[in-house]
Amino acid sequence: MSQDVWNFIFIGITFGIYIGIALWAKAGSTKDYYTAGGGVSALANGMATAADWMSAATFISMAGLVAANGYDASRFLMGWTGGFVLLTTLMVPYLRKFGKATVPDFVGDRFYSKSARLVAVVCAIFICMIYIMGQMRGVGIVFSRLFSIEISTGVLIGSSIVFFYAGLGGMKGITYTQVAQYCVMVFAYTIPVIFISMALTGNIVPQLGFIGDFTKGGADAVPLLEKMNTISTDLGLDKYTDGSLGKVDMFCITAALMIGTAGLPHVIVRFFTVKSVKAVRKSACWTLSFIAIIYLTAPALGLFAKTNLVDEVNGKTYKEAPSWFKNWESQGMIAWVDKNNDGIMQFDKGSVFAGKPLMDGEKKGDHGQRLVTNEISKDPNEVFYEKDIIVLANPEMASLPKWLIALVMAGCVAAALSTAAGLLLVLSTSISHDLMKKLIKPDCTDKQEMKYARIASFGSLVVAAYFGINPPSSVVAKTVAFAFGLASSTFFPTLLMGIFAKKMNREGAIAGMVSGLLFTFGYIFYFQFIAEHKNYLFGISPEGIGFIGMFVNFIVAFIVSAFTPPPPQEVQDMVEEIRIPSGAGEASH
Amino acid sequence: MSAQGDPKGYWKGSLKIVAVVLCIWFFVSYGCGILFKEQLDTIKIGNAPLGFWMAQQGSIICFVLLLVAYMVCMNKLDAKHGYDEEEDS
Repeated sequence: MSQDVWNFIFIGITFGIYIGIALWAKAGSTKDYYTAGGGVSALANGMATAADWMSAATFISMAGLVAANGYDASRFLMGWTGGFVLLTTLMVPYLRKFGKATVPDFVGDRFYSKSARLVAVVCAIFICMIYIMGQMRGVGIVFSRLFSIEISTGVLIGSSIVFFYAGLGGMKGITYTQVAQYCVMVFAYTIPVIFISMALTGNIVPQLGFIGDFTKGGADAVPLLEKMNTISTDLGLDKYTDGSLGKVDMFCITAALMIGTAGLPHVIVRFFTVKSVKAVRKSACWTLSFIAIIYLTAPALGLFAKTNLVDEVNGKTYKEAPSWFKNWESQGMIAWVDKNNDGIMQFDKGSVFAGKPLMDGEKKGDHGQRLVTNEISKDPNEVFYEKDIIVLANPEMASLPKWLIALVMAGCVAAALSTAAGLLLVLSTSISHDLMKKLIKPDCTDKQEMKYARIASFGSLVVAAYFGINPPSSVVAKTVAFAFGLASSTFFPTLLMGIFAKKMNREGAIAGMVSGLLFTFGYIFYFQFIAEHKNYLFGISPEGIGFIGMFVNFIVAFIVSAFTPPPPQEVQDMVEEIRIPSGAGEASH
Repeated sequence: MSAQGDPKGYWKGSLKIVAVVLCIWFFVSYGCGILFKEQLDTIKIGNAPLGFWMAQQGSIICFVLLLVAYMVCMNKLDAKHGYDEEEDS
């Protein structure tokens, strides 16, 4: 059977499952819609949260990032897992006990203020919108590769499927589809790595192969990481196991990612679906374990795939190149420019050319390679590869069967869909519940609120799909820093003070949120869009500034609250109440 | 369900658990993975320098273990103060 047929079968089966679940879990009330009725088991919620958390970018690009940046990429590995420790110990058990459906709900009630709620709603919508754009784009790219269709058609197909089960099924539909999607993702991610680990290191456990010896083809055993260090230093780069980022910057970026994770509304609301505070703790253990399976595999995969890539391509003629090289070249993901006209492909220092390869139609060079129209750089490097192929081409590099390649494709789609659906839910809830019900039209009935939720999710999808089809080019990648920066300088400190500082009042919280938001937003905006130079404050790049923004928020909040009246007694009592785990009823609104 | 027990004592106890968990959390990630990486790199785990390994593997394993420990300790604290509930999930 050809690859296309396998792809169709796998994608078809998985879609059938997702839609079947959506029909089964159709939401009847806003409670079903917002929190799945509050009766999801800790294990199922753990899987669903893991799928929600791992986006198409994580699935496709994470290993490539590690392969490209070595030690420096540890900031993503630690940042996006360590955040769950903060989330579990400082946030979700208390917010679950509070028992409302959304994060702005807590902010609005705890700080007895509609303005605080409004600021929170705006932040939530902004954060989710940035995120979901990237997801829709991801779905579009995967579909376009799979079925050779336009990216825009792919985005539309993806959006309609997401709308079908997120818009109809609400949290209940999403949760159970995400459980299925996690299963697809974890097999798609790990099975190829196990094979490639066996081929390269003779070790069936990738994490052991990671610290093991390179033994491919019966060669003398060389420590794999040392081999990679040699490859890196030969290319004039820093050692793979050392970084080039400054310590302060590394520290701040890791911190901003961790704190941002703990303040992302679409992750927090996941824990409102379980039954009790006890179940929240258990569910958090499951969530992080499921995420760890993939995050512990990514560094191994990155190392293996890069070793394999260099090993099979460097110093070979184009004719000798493996078939996957030509496959991905034909897709424009790999390019070779014979700079020194020796007919041999060389990995070397620097970039091959600026940006992504622009293929010169079907024109072929002397050796049969595709030609590019990019301006060629002066660096000696000849081989360009897009970092995403580390995951996508991995099964081919390891000569794995076709059905496994189809499984990886289905995994990519699952990763993108699950995250998009989770975000869509938070977006529509923010609009229907926090904006319509609580601020604009408090007398609307449960039925009307459901209707608003569905209209809002449709509207958000249309906007997301539009930006998926017409991405504001480089802006999308740059704005991801916004999402984490904003979460760590607004939601995290505000929620933390709401729980742990009983005397924190309305004035302090609002002043803190606004100043954290302005500081972080201003800094990122200045360096991403206005400044031409990179003379960062204390060497902290925009990715890491949310960490400083958090302190700005804390300091302003405490100063302002010291000069304004303390919160009313009933709010202080409420804070006492959420610190005690027992008696968490069903999440309500 | 009940408000008997000792809310203040319970809160103190849970703050203590959180503080210990977060100290270890800080040590394994920022400490071993970033601040003292160079010093730890002189030690090897398998073929990997320990600091590098902590940043890419060890810290993540520790995070999972920390959450399990947190769950166990908090459940014990709940039981001690009579706040544990029957749950079947």
